[in-house]
Amino acid sequence: MQRRVRTAVWSAGLSVLLVAVVVGSAALGPVGIEPRIVAMAILNGIAVPSGIETGTATLPGLGWVVPMPGLEFSSAFSFPVAETHEYIVVQLRLPRIVLAATVGFGLAAAGTVMQGFFRNPLADPSIIGVSSGGAAGAVAAIAFPALVPFGNLHLAAFVGALATAFLVYGIATDGGRTPVATLLLAGVAVQAFLGAMISYMLIHSGDGLRAAVVWLMGSLRDRGWSDVAFALPVSIVGVLVLASYARELNVLLLGEEDAHHLGVEVERTKLLLLALASIVTAAGVAVTGVIGFVGLVVPHIMRLLVGPDHRILFPTSALAGASFLVVTDTIARWPTGPTEVPVGIVTAALGAPFFLFLLTRREVYST
Amino acid sequence: MTPADRGSGADREPGPRTALEPAAISIADCSLSFGDLAVLEDVSLTIEPGEFVGFVGPNGAGKTTLLRLISGALEPDSGSIAIDGTDVHGLPSRASSRLVSVVPQDTTLSFSFPVRDVVEMGRHPHRSRFSSATPEDRAAVERALERTRTAELADRPIDEVSGGQRQRVVLARAIAQETPVLLLDEPTASLDINHQVETLELVRELVAEGRTVVAAIHDLELAARYCDRLVLIADGQIAADGPPSSVLTREALADSFDANAVVTPSPVTGTETVTAFAADREAGPLPDRVHVLGTGTAAAGVVARLEAAGVGVSVGPVSSGDAAAETARSLGVETVVTEPFARPSTAELESVESLIRAADATVLADFVVGAGTQSLLDPLDETDPLVLVETRPFAERNFAGGEARERYERYRERGLEVPGSRVLEAVSTVGSDRSRSRSSPPADSRDSADD
Repeated sequence: MQRRVRTAVWSAGLSVLLVAVVVGSAALGPVGIEPRIVAMAILNGIAVPSGIETGTATLPGLGWVVPMPGLEFSSAFSFPVAETHEYIVVQLRLPRIVLAATVGFGLAAAGTVMQGFFRNPLADPSIIGVSSGGAAGAVAAIAFPALVPFGNLHLAAFVGALATAFLVYGIATDGGRTPVATLLLAGVAVQAFLGAMISYMLIHSGDGLRAAVVWLMGSLRDRGWSDVAFALPVSIVGVLVLASYARELNVLLLGEEDAHHLGVEVERTKLLLLALASIVTAAGVAVTGVIGFVGLVVPHIMRLLVGPDHRILFPTSALAGASFLVVTDTIARWPTGPTEVPVGIVTAALGAPFFLFLLTRREVYST
Repeated sequence: MTPADRGSGADREPGPRTALEPAAISIADCSLSFGDLAVLEDVSLTIEPGEFVGFVGPNGAGKTTLLRLISGALEPDSGSIAIDGTDVHGLPSRASSRLVSVVPQDTTLSFSFPVRDVVEMGRHPHRSRFSSATPEDRAAVERALERTRTAELADRPIDEVSGGQRQRVVLARAIAQETPVLLLDEPTASLDINHQVETLELVRELVAEGRTVVAAIHDLELAARYCDRLVLIADGQIAADGPPSSVLTREALADSFDANAVVTPSPVTGTETVTAFAADREAGPLPDRVHVLGTGTAAAGVVARLEAAGVGVSVGPVSSGDAAAETARSLGVETVVTEPFARPSTAELESVESLIRAADATVLADFVVGAGTQSLLDPLDETDPLVLVETRPFAERNFAGGEARERYERYRERGLEVPGSRVLEAVSTVGSDRSRSRSSPPADSRDSADD
């Protein structure tokens, strides 16, 4: 019971923090807007179903037009906000902020799963090559568009990320068993190989070099609601399903044989955790590029604060990851010169020293 | 034999609230190889419901492997294992984890979960994905904590308790799992002596409550004391199976452990105790028969070492109740026992004399020379091979005056004086000397002596 209360309190606190960070971030920018106005603009922007409209739809394949009822949306609030301010907040800043929150949420959740799964403090969401695969797909799409049939950068990254994860899983699986040590080493080897491929493509990328490098560092610049529409549902569904496996993750920490004796279907659970964590990571990587350190550092910090029990660690890590990436992205888009700093640089530049600080304090667990 | 401890759990009131049906385990023709190495070969074994069976055997014999086959962690190359008639390898882990709980040899958990949460993991098989702990789950956890005396540790992080405490926490987890079969791999290995006994007493209680328990235990004496039945596993096969007294024999220990050991009943518990001696690599061919002339622990040690090495040994005269007499009796060694505080009778002295003459060597082990036993020194004048093992000064053992003293000094010069631990080497040396000096020694003994 006490644990449930703790989970609820921490999650509520971190949710409040996230809302504050989102509002604060949306207030900052070349045009300063009061947080109060920002909050009202956001509320104005929320559409809720307000009725049923009778529309029409075209049946695919047949071309018949048939009547089709649909939901009617309208704004729930109508606070008095200047139109320009509402446009800046809802159309320009908010998509980027929500995307940062989504990606941070997913990466921190996936990192928590991977660290527990591998029983290794160095594990992060890309440990089995998800980020490298995504990067290879994206750089290929930038440097050799002819090679990528669907031509879409995000899709190429998403497919590359998942294909790599399943390739690594396939390589490490033998006779129905996937030893985590083999998985880890196969991941390292495949990442090294993809690193070589990426470097080769960069050399030959010509005009695309700059775009490719920015993508490799991870950036949230110029992202719109369409990116959110892809990443948000994938992340939320993935993280919710992963959250229902929190107890299995705890039991897996005892080792696979013990977990088997405690009723965990080990190989099936491993495949499911790996697949979901990879999909969540890939969804983030596909729209933002490679953002390091969020998935490594945030779970460590939260483990220090709330303990190793995944039933509390998992939701709090995800929420903290969301706030963390919103804050770092706000720093990244701070006007410092002609070029915006990719957010991956900020997360690593802030995350690495903090991680080292924790290490020297010996507060990070060791296996 | 009625050992004091075996079955003691049955006398206690059966465990509260938990009514479990113990299950039978049947292992049929199981073989398993790791690569080219055959770990188990055609092992068949039936364990009855409610038995406490101990797997004993040398390191690497396959005890843990057999346990892991039963638990379903390993699959045999051929053969099958059934618990309650159900093939364990056909079961999903959720179903098998409601049948069998396992206490592994070492559990690595470096994350700092509180002890209570680790025990609560034992309830995992009984809970569905979205349900929270029921009062029944919580009661099972608290009960398991109480019974393993880990309740006071319940809120401590598992990585901050000692190795022995951690072992008890893992046992608590298995108890909370409430399964009809409990498998333990070296449950006492990292425990100190009081916790070893406490843990095995608890296991006996669990058996009495209705569990079938199988434990790999390398401590033979603890295994003999607490298990209903021992299965001796050596070289991947079952070398012996039955009640402890029939499994722990000198011959079985020599074959399976390659050990010089004697098995004697403990004067305290009545169960088997095993005393092993380092294999004396220096010793050459051993004589066939040795007589031990002496008393007390010195003679008892010599008798045990010779018996463990397979030498035909006789001892006497010893008064009944003497340590040497007790040891000789429990080992079934030919002994000339005299009444306590009485002078040996003529018949007794004669039989000792004939034993000395028949022996290839004689060991004087803290021999007490008195008026009644002085005559026993006579045959020693005629038999050359003599070994002396002394732990007390002769003056304390001489009740026959200066003449006996002089005589004893002569033996001391002639014989080979060694500490008890090297008696095998010594009898082998003097025994073969004798063979050489004989006018017509048996051919085989000469051969071996010349080696």
